This record gives sequence, C-alpha cells and structure tokens, in this order.
Amino acid sequence: MDSHKLPVSLKKTMYEKMVLIRTFEEKLVELSQQEKRVPGMQILANGQEAAAVGIIEALRPDDVIVTNHRSHGHLLAKGAEPRYLMAEIMGKATGVNRGKSGTLHMAVPEVNALMTTTVVGAGAPLAVGAAFAQQYRNESNVTVVFFGDGAAAEGSVHEAMNLAALWKLPIIFVCENNCWAGAQGLHEHCSIGNIARRAVAYGMPGESVDGNDVEKLYTLASKMVARCRDAEGPALIEAKTYRMRGHGEQDHQHYVDKKELQRWSQLCPVKRLKDKMLSDSLVTQAELQAIDSEMEAKINDAVKFADESPYPLPDEALENLWVAVKGGR
Amino acid sequence: MMALLSFGQTVRDALDLAMSMDDRVFVAGEGVGVSIHYDPNMPTHGLLEKYGPKRVKDTPVSEAAIAGLAVGASTMGLRPVVEIMFFPFITLATDMLVNHAAKLRYLSGGKSSFPLTVRVKAGVNFSAGCQHSHNLEAWLAHSPGLKVVFPSTPADAKGLLLNAIFDPNPVIVIEELMLYWMNGEVPEGDYRIPFGEARIITPGQDCTVVSYGGAIYTAMEAAKDLSEEGVSLEVVDLRSLVPLDKTAILESVRKTGRLVVLHDATKFAGFGAEIAAIVAEEAFDALKAPVRRVAAPDIPVPLSPPLEKFYRPSPEMVVEAVRSIVRMG
Repeated sequence: MDSHKLPVSLKKTMYEKMVLIRTFEEKLVELSQQEKRVPGMQILANGQEAAAVGIIEALRPDDVIVTNHRSHGHLLAKGAEPRYLMAEIMGKATGVNRGKSGTLHMAVPEVNALMTTTVVGAGAPLAVGAAFAQQYRNESNVTVVFFGDGAAAEGSVHEAMNLAALWKLPIIFVCENNCWAGAQGLHEHCSIGNIARRAVAYGMPGESVDGNDVEKLYTLASKMVARCRDAEGPALIEAKTYRMRGHGEQDHQHYVDKKELQRWSQLCPVKRLKDKMLSDSLVTQAELQAIDSEMEAKINDAVKFADESPYPLPDEALENLWVAVKGGR
Repeated sequence: MMALLSFGQTVRDALDLAMSMDDRVFVAGEGVGVSIHYDPNMPTHGLLEKYGPKRVKDTPVSEAAIAGLAVGASTMGLRPVVEIMFFPFITLATDMLVNHAAKLRYLSGGKSSFPLTVRVKAGVNFSAGCQHSHNLEAWLAHSPGLKVVFPSTPADAKGLLLNAIFDPNPVIVIEELMLYWMNGEVPEGDYRIPFGEARIITPGQDCTVVSYGGAIYTAMEAAKDLSEEGVSLEVVDLRSLVPLDKTAILESVRKTGRLVVLHDATKFAGFGAEIAAIVAEEAFDALKAPVRRVAAPDIPVPLSPPLEKFYRPSPEMVVEAVRSIVRMG
C-alpha cells in the first residue's frame, strides 16, 4: 500500500499516539527540571515518535516488542497505560513494575512489551528467543526489536542477526538511527553510513526509511511484517531520525551543532503529519486541537495518579526475585 | 527401578525424558545435534535422531545468541535447555545470564518469569588449558536471580537436571566433563532432586568436609585414608550452591566441631569463602579449630599434565588440612 493511500482513521490514530508520546515526554522534561520529582536520568525520544508509532501500528496486539533505554514511546505505542508508566518512572508502588525498574527498563507483559534492556544491543538476542518461540509454536506472530545506531556496534546484534536469518525467525530488527551514540556522532562510531546495508551480510532485506515520516514507516513495516508472517524470515529497518535532546536529561548537548538541531526540528514528525493531514483536508484544525487536549488531559491524569500513589515499602525490595517453588527453595 | 548408567548417559536420559514429557522443552547449543565427538557418553548423543532438528538445535558459535535464545524463549513459555560448551565460554553469555536471565523478572516487578536451564561443561583435569578449564561457579552464585547446581554422581545429575528444567527460574547446571564416563545406579523415570538439599556422603565424627562436583571424590579418598588413622570425616555434598543448604552445613559442623571446605576452583573469593563465612557467623561457638579451605592456587589452569595435577587439590592436601585442625583439639 502506498503511504498516501493510508486510511484517514489510521492517520488520525497515528497522530494521536505521537501526540500522546510527545506530551508524555515533554511532561518528563518538565518534571526532571523539578527537585526530586523523577529519580534517575530521563532518557527521551522527542523527535523519534514516528518510528515507535509507525512500526508498532503495523503490528497486532499478540506481536511482541523488545525495547531499550529509550523506551517510553515504544511502550505507549504498544498500548501501555500512561498512569502506570508515570508511576513507575516516579518509583511508586503502583508503577507498572512496582518501582523495581524505574524509567530505565520498564517491561509491560500485558501488551507484549515483554523485555526491555538498557544493556545496549542486548535486546537483539532476547528478541531472537521470543521469535524462536513464535516459530516453534507455528504462530503467525512476529517480534520487533528496537535499538539505536550505537547498539549496531555491539557483537550481540551481529550474533542475533546471523542466527535470526539462519533460522528464518519472524523478527524485525528496527534500528532507530538517531545519529548519536552518547556524545559520539554516527561517523565516529559506525564504519558504514547506512546501517540497513548491513542486512546484505546476513542475507535478509534491509531498508532505510525517513524515520520522521510515520506514514512511510508504517508502510515499510507492514511490508516487512507480512513477509515475517509468511515465514520468509527477518528484516532490518533503519529509521533515519535525530536525537533532539541529549542522551539523557542531564546531557545538555554541548557537542551538538545547533544549526543541525534547528534543521531537524523543521522535520518534526508530529508537525509533518499534522500539516499533511491539514493540507490534504483530511482533518480540521479543531479536530486536531481536540486530540491534543485529550492527550494532555490523559498525561495530566497520569501525573496526578503517580503523584498520589505511595512509594513501595523499603523491604518490598526483597520481593519479586524468584518464582516461588513448592517447598520454598 | 534402578539402571546402571554413565553420568553422560544419565544427562541424556534426563533430557530425553523431559522432551518426551513436555513439548515446550527444546535443546540448543554448539554441536548438541551433531557433535565432533561421536560418543554415547556425551549428554546429547542421539537426541537429534529421536526428536529432529526442530527441537534439537545446533547453533552457530554464538554464546550470547544461545543464551539470549534461552531467555527470550523462556519468557514466551517454552522450557529451553541450552548448552555452553566449556565453562570459560560462559563469559560470552554472561550479559544474557547475569543482566537478563537473572534480573528481568525482578525488573518486571514479578510479572515475568524465565524458566530456562543452561548446562555447562566444567572441570579442570582434561589437558585443555585455562580457556577451556575455569570453574566460575562463584561468579554465577554471586549473581542474585540465578540458581546454580553442581552434581557429583550420575543419579544427582539426573535428579538435579530434571528439577532444573521444570523449575520456574533460571538454573545453571554445571557438569564436570571428566565425570561423563563414570557409571552409577540411577533411578528410572521422572526422578527429581529438590534444590537446596545437601547430601551427607559419609557420616563422620571428627571433621566436616563440605564440597561439590568432582572434588567430592577427592574428599572421599581423603576420608578413606584418614579412617586408617582413626579420624572420621563427614563428607557433605552440597549438590546445589544456590539455593544453599545452610542447615546441613551447620548441623554437620555442630556435630564435628571442625570444617574443611574443598573445591577445584581457585581459593581467593571462591565459593568456599562463603561456606567458611556462614560457619563463622552462625556456628562460631561450635568450632574447635579454625576453618581450612582446600582449593586451587590463584592462577589460571595450566595445561602441562604435571602442572595441571599441581593445580587441582589432591586427597593428600585434604588429609593435611584435616590433620592440622584435628591435632589442635
């Protein structure tokens, strides 16, 4: 399907989800500037919402995602409740992982966001395991793993891609190339400018796509997912985008060229979809404003819920390590 | 009913039984299907012929991917049993085991589980040098979230492995290569040994020797030698290091008043230090003499036979250690 022929309802849904993510993360920017509101470093994906939404919208609820330290967008796009994510980020007992994870490694098994890892590149072998289980049980479900351009330098990603291609596993490797690995730009950490080309080495399709164009991402993901469901094996998608904020909120990007940042801000994926829908007369300004307000209300509700939630009791730290075994060992 | 089997055949017996009882069980690793060693005493011999390539997966030489496969497949509901060919190679899988298998359930706040088994070949006396021989059980035991078991007999190999496969948590089963050819009586059928239950191999009055794995036979030889001079040893085989049967250790020390800890791994920060510390903390009043540790010197395992023999703790060293504390009082 050509991206310009996508149904209007889908475009609206994708707009709504991108706004949800953007609003959620802008709230986190605000909270992280306040004393003791959110523990640890907030690692945000402002400007990268299209990859999360475009790819995940091409999935079914039963499909699995594996994400990383920059996970909020992926989790929200997969359907995680903002309330429980916000509470987790604040370290509250009502958090999606009871405060054990905090902002960094939230897993939401309820929406099949089964594993989240902050060990860069480690998601790829984990996802191979999930995809293997899908193949083993002859399911038509697929697994998507999100990682960055920095992770593409990890040996674990190579091992995972080789094994996935060898066994024709139903897995989509999604590299969100945001041009930065910490403070190192792409040309400083990557031997090849185009990460999708690495797919050739594993005998799987690999395509680069404008990572700030949610419609193109959806269209490409749909194509790759369909191959996977037909047991044609894995694929690599490189979403070319940009990390609009620092690695984390304490990183003020002293090493980033402000003109470059300015250039990419013109390519904001939320604004692009909005402008396009308006110029194609698919929606009215009022409709979009209604969506924006609704998402803002949702995030304000999440913050309120999280603020009002209690912290876990200190000795709850001892819980949740083991699955209990009869006899207690 | 009992059968006379080698240790290696027993491991295969357990794998075969688990696979026949439960379709979720699969076996993966380097050469688990077709091995360079055509030997019926090797633990996966014949499994490929019986269960086919869907359930007996020969993998590329990719330890991180093998371990990731286990982690991801286990949280999807399968029961992976993967093999790491030699203990030092587990360093290549350590991120998957220590940061993921062990931690992802905790990070999920108890929502996810990872019922996987890793079998690893260990031991120090097969002339392969320090990159094939290096007992790292202390590293694994030091990582909360992993269970670690170390069988010494064919019957224990079966009972502990079957218990591992059906335990809802990640378990590392350490198998000493040189024990594969040792024969023993093994219970037939679904025989499981609960974890955390040490076994008193020889009851004695004068000194407790706590050990595990192949070092048990060193302890037993020492016990035989010492019995000729009227000293009776109580040899305690831990069988599982995590969970640890503290009760059995403390009861034995309270009876004998003396403790020697023995293992083939190096001494400094080894697992024996934990046993010694537990006894010092919880049974100091029962000790008639200082605790002694008999362990390998703090060097890599050398390959040349006389050097390797020097490395491995001998029955004579145990006899000396026991004599030194029995004489004290």
